[in-house]
Amino acid sequence: MERYYFDHNATTPVAPPVVDAMLPHLRAHFGNASSIHQEGQAAKQALERARRQVAAFLGCAQKEIVFTSGGTEADNLAVLGVEGHVVSSTIEHPAVLAALKNRGHFTLVAPDRSGVVSPDAVRSAMRPDTALVSIMHANNELGVVQEIAGFAEIAHAAGALFHSDGVQACGKIAIDLTGVDLYSISGHKLNAPKGVGALFVREGVALSPRQFGGRHESGRRAGTESVPLAVALGEACAMPREDYSALRDRLEEGILRSVSDTTLNSAGAPRVPNTTNIRFDGIEGEAMVIALDLRGFAVSSGAACSSGAVEPSHVLMAIGLTREQAKSSIRFSLGLGNTVEQIDRLIEAVTAAAAHLRRMAPAYA
Amino acid sequence: MPEPLWAVAMSGGVDSSVVAGLLKREGRNVVGMTMQLWNQRRLPELASDGPTGRCCSIDDVYDARYVAQLIGLPYYVVNFEEDFEKQVVRPFVDDYLHGRTPVPCTLCNNFIKFETFIRMAEGIGAEKVATGHYARITFNAESGRWELRRAVDTTKDQTYFLFGLTQPQLARTLFPLGEMVKSDVRELAKSLALPVAEKGDSQEICFVPNGDYKAFIEAYCKEQGIALHDMRGDIVTADGEVIGEHGGYHSFTVGQRKGIGIARPEPLYVIATEPETKRVIVGGGDALMTSRFAVGDVNWISIAAITAPRRAAVRIRNKHLPAAATLHPTTDPSRVEVHFDEPQRAVTPGQGAVFYDGDLVLGGGWID
Repeated sequence: MERYYFDHNATTPVAPPVVDAMLPHLRAHFGNASSIHQEGQAAKQALERARRQVAAFLGCAQKEIVFTSGGTEADNLAVLGVEGHVVSSTIEHPAVLAALKNRGHFTLVAPDRSGVVSPDAVRSAMRPDTALVSIMHANNELGVVQEIAGFAEIAHAAGALFHSDGVQACGKIAIDLTGVDLYSISGHKLNAPKGVGALFVREGVALSPRQFGGRHESGRRAGTESVPLAVALGEACAMPREDYSALRDRLEEGILRSVSDTTLNSAGAPRVPNTTNIRFDGIEGEAMVIALDLRGFAVSSGAACSSGAVEPSHVLMAIGLTREQAKSSIRFSLGLGNTVEQIDRLIEAVTAAAAHLRRMAPAYA
Repeated sequence: MPEPLWAVAMSGGVDSSVVAGLLKREGRNVVGMTMQLWNQRRLPELASDGPTGRCCSIDDVYDARYVAQLIGLPYYVVNFEEDFEKQVVRPFVDDYLHGRTPVPCTLCNNFIKFETFIRMAEGIGAEKVATGHYARITFNAESGRWELRRAVDTTKDQTYFLFGLTQPQLARTLFPLGEMVKSDVRELAKSLALPVAEKGDSQEICFVPNGDYKAFIEAYCKEQGIALHDMRGDIVTADGEVIGEHGGYHSFTVGQRKGIGIARPEPLYVIATEPETKRVIVGGGDALMTSRFAVGDVNWISIAAITAPRRAAVRIRNKHLPAAATLHPTTDPSRVEVHFDEPQRAVTPGQGAVFYDGDLVLGGGWID
């Protein structure tokens, strides 16, 4: 069966140029970037070239990039690496929320009903000992983009640092790190493989390491660097990026027009151009996801728990949706490979699945 | 037309794994699904490493997923935790607190496995669901009714827990193991090269670790902020003579002999529990014998509601050998008076009473 993939916020296919770039570093160039010999030097050169590519992508200095094992490690490093009180939001990724719960001493602010975190809410959550403000750049489920420069100003005015989880923003919107002290990115959301990410650490920012060993990554992240993965991330950062807003709008309009009782979650908020999150009243999102999967379409609903079952999304609950509304919401996220034809087939399949599910829902019988 | 889709409920055990393997071998279009019903880590004080009470453990999901992958089925875990708590766990706890002895497996069958699950299966486009239950479903063209029959393997027969199945539910359900004996099922598991062929049978109540329902009730009430009123009270004889004290009526069930803690020349049994007075009434074995009782919420399966007395064999708990009785209709078609030919031991409020005619399940209901 032909597959149609609309879950690029979960992960992305690895782009062919990225595979090509990393292969030599799996085959011929196996050196350790810390070694002084020729093999080591070749590895070091590849690693630093990749670091320059990532820095160019983020508009920062090469030495401000720390390679990590992914977005979660980058978020953990930022959130756990600063002492003191933290102000963050209820719609953060678990990589931030769970790390905060583990360290304690934090305040979470709620967004408004469209998913936007207000500067006033953050300002009023600040305490004299607040050392870090961490607000995600773009939300993984809603796609809502936050005005991060404003939060950076609030943090700095109070003498705190500002971190942003940029995992879902990178590759989708222009990144401007003015005022930002720490910024996380993830390879596999950017058409690089899983297992690599990076944290931007503004020069001069003191951050205590979470992992101890050799003096890799300027002492910020011990462990022999994976050169092939770093090269892959660098190459992915250098790739030209497409704008999916036309396709996304076509999908959104198509579904909202052809399926009744549907609502766009976060309508009106600024959003990344590849994401749409739609609520289908009276429909079990989990059933919709499985029904579409069996017909070849990959979409998502809620958050997978350890068994693989779906739980209602904490993000949708945070913007004031009821459990039922959260469970009836589906996220479609576009990316590499999606075409107009695929979008039209998806609209057709969603319309048919919704009609079938509605026939069985008591309220719609 | 593509082959219609069937959904197999896969628990990770040998029975449902064999069902999935058989249907796939027959060339059916099958999807495997595991119901996530209860979070094992939810009541941490009940942490169990025993073989029982492992419902919905990550290990079982792992096994089910592995079997589905070996067989080559699309596979999904579906989250029914909210429904399960509302329809099964909460009523289970309430029943004990009201002095009844519940049958959670029947509630789960009625409201989850053959209701929520069938609805989910239909939602994803499946026409039928198949499970690893030991029972048989037949269609009687004459009466136009779906009939439920005992499994060929009478030692594994699960019809006692299936008396609540409605006609629409039966019409959508397949029990491929109903004609088989367990040893054949294990052989089939081996011949299908399923890695769960030697896995032990699940036992007891799946969400209660080690069968310790008293500890479960206490932990659950604590988590839910349900104030457990003092359930301690007197142990009395049928004549009202106080002969001792007990530590909570919720830990007693009709017919129970162990744990009364009073030495008497003749053995003492629990005859009844009275939540209103917190008394546990005990007596000799004779006092446990009952000839007549009422059954409510009767679901008629293989026949329409009776309008005249009808002979039947009635089973009053899973391990009870069905005993000859006459069913008497009442003005309420969902209510029946059962008159046993010979008195039976420990007719227990809250348990199911299932009416048989040979291997045919006529229907069943809840003992008042």
